[in-house]
Amino acid sequence: MAQVHLRDVVKKYGAIQVVHGIDLEIQDNEFVVLVGPSGCGKSTTLRMIAGLEDISGGEITIGDRVVNDLPPRHRNISMVFQNYALYPHMTVRENLGFSLKIAKRPQDEIDRAVDEAAGILSLAEYLDRKPGELSGGQRQRVAMGRAIVRHPEVFLFDEPLSNLDAKLRTQMRTEIKKLHQKVKSTIVYVTHDQVEAMTLADRIVIMRDGHIEQVGTPLDVFESPANTFVATFIGSPPMNLLRGRITGDTISLTDGPLISLPPQFASNVADGQDVILGFRADNLMPVGHAMPMEGAYAEFKMTVNLSEPLGTETLLFGALAGKEVQAKMLNPRPLQNGEQLQFQLDLTRCHLFDAQTEQSLR
Amino acid sequence: MNENLQHRIRKYLLKALHFVALFIAMAIICVPGLWVVLNSFRPTVEIMAKPPVWIPNELNLDNYRAMFGAVGEGGVPVLQYFTNSLIVSVTSTLIAILVGMAGGYAFARYSFKGKAGIFIGLMLTRAVPGVSLSLPLFIVMAKTGLIDTHLGLILVYVALNVPFTIWLIDGFFRQVPIDLAEAAEIDGCTRWQAFWKVEFPVARAGVASAGIFAFLTSWNEYALASQLTRSTFSKTMPVGLRDFTSEFTINWGGMCALAVLMIIPALILTFIVQKHLIAGLTFGGVKG
Repeated sequence: MAQVHLRDVVKKYGAIQVVHGIDLEIQDNEFVVLVGPSGCGKSTTLRMIAGLEDISGGEITIGDRVVNDLPPRHRNISMVFQNYALYPHMTVRENLGFSLKIAKRPQDEIDRAVDEAAGILSLAEYLDRKPGELSGGQRQRVAMGRAIVRHPEVFLFDEPLSNLDAKLRTQMRTEIKKLHQKVKSTIVYVTHDQVEAMTLADRIVIMRDGHIEQVGTPLDVFESPANTFVATFIGSPPMNLLRGRITGDTISLTDGPLISLPPQFASNVADGQDVILGFRADNLMPVGHAMPMEGAYAEFKMTVNLSEPLGTETLLFGALAGKEVQAKMLNPRPLQNGEQLQFQLDLTRCHLFDAQTEQSLR
Repeated sequence: MNENLQHRIRKYLLKALHFVALFIAMAIICVPGLWVVLNSFRPTVEIMAKPPVWIPNELNLDNYRAMFGAVGEGGVPVLQYFTNSLIVSVTSTLIAILVGMAGGYAFARYSFKGKAGIFIGLMLTRAVPGVSLSLPLFIVMAKTGLIDTHLGLILVYVALNVPFTIWLIDGFFRQVPIDLAEAAEIDGCTRWQAFWKVEFPVARAGVASAGIFAFLTSWNEYALASQLTRSTFSKTMPVGLRDFTSEFTINWGGMCALAVLMIIPALILTFIVQKHLIAGLTFGGVKG
């Protein structure tokens, strides 16, 4: 059983604090992804769990042991590094078996574990090569293999796919997901790529500037972001955000049209309150080029400045309330730049954030 | 004549010129060495002949025989000098490498107060010409009674070599990604094990090249050794060469013979570790 609990974990480098009292409970067998822009403290947090960084305050437990001051080797974890960190002077076989050899396990047990890992990751034919003779994807698999031979309680992944090309990245993403289903273990995974986070995670932890902004399932954070940061960080293209003020039961967008107040927020806002209206491109569609909207919606004209056909849908860039806004069109047709279209905004899928705190008004 | 042919001819000509230039350069580098080897097998008459005799009329081992012969007949305690050189060079190299590894690793991996200053200080010691140290060293060694001992010379060579080995080894450890040691620690190693089982083997080529440079420096050093050694019991081979000079004559043949004996171990060593040496010097260019 390996839950990982972080309680008020703090990291300081001299006077600079990079992680500000993080609380996080990771369940046994859970796949948790820490995501955020670079410098948000996600890698530092992972390295503190690994024991590669000391913690400046708080408590970390793995299973039911407090591991604050334990060196990495006593934490029963394994880690996959961004640049693989394979031992260049050892063959793949030696790389895979290294941890067991250090633990002085009998040779036949090491051989069995190495063969098993090589089988899972289809590395059998490369066992006698050195890492230098492998391709990026193969090295990545060796790094993962080295992590699984030990059957650790917790796997840590530090941006493992960021050195791979786009195609390989998608492929390895699937392999990691399969691996999790096979080895059934707790995984903490760090990435700056929100697509990786969405596709892999049981739960996503979104971090910024050493704080946790939101924790939730991928759908949770996508559908009800806690603040504007999460709203723009998760989902592609990022959520459109427009400033405005509540006047009665409408939102008057700054330098823009009046839009009815989304009904789900009616009781959460006060007259005259400054707000930020958020909506995704998927919820703003030109009339006649999508399913007609049901329920509450707003309608207004918008000029389309640019369109990006993506195949099944076309991304439209227009200007609303003085800001660039992205919309989607489902039934593609050639568009003239500068063409004015009538748009419908699905109010039931809109988000409202407080203009000062940028927190959701849900 | 067509254009392609012209270009081809020019290419061959350039290539030929290239080889000629290389040959001249190599000749300039190699001739003194070959001359020494050649002279060690020739009688003095031929060595001193003017104009120089390039194609030897007679080759024999007389110089070697005399060198290993009795003291009165041109003999020199070669074995004793060789042993002295070996003891001094090997010991000082080992110490310089150990200190260099500790220091180089510390400079490469840890940040501490005054790091840059200490490093520059170490490098500055290399800027002092060795000979200028001979008098102060002589006085220090004389006062401490270390003159004419192996230990004295070993200490001097360690001091000479350590800044260099630290600098070189620091460079090699910098090339070893820190992730490797971290991965090893996660795989169950202590900090110490991570160093010996992962970081050291990866940087081994660099340590080997530092070792060769340190060894060759000690093995070939003459200026300081000539001041700090007096007797057969501590003279190293370069100093031993002076045994062939007397008040009015110089035994060039004997000197060359001893020089050849001196070159051989260095040559063998360099040959054995050649692979490491080159790998070491080009380490940065090869991605592991």
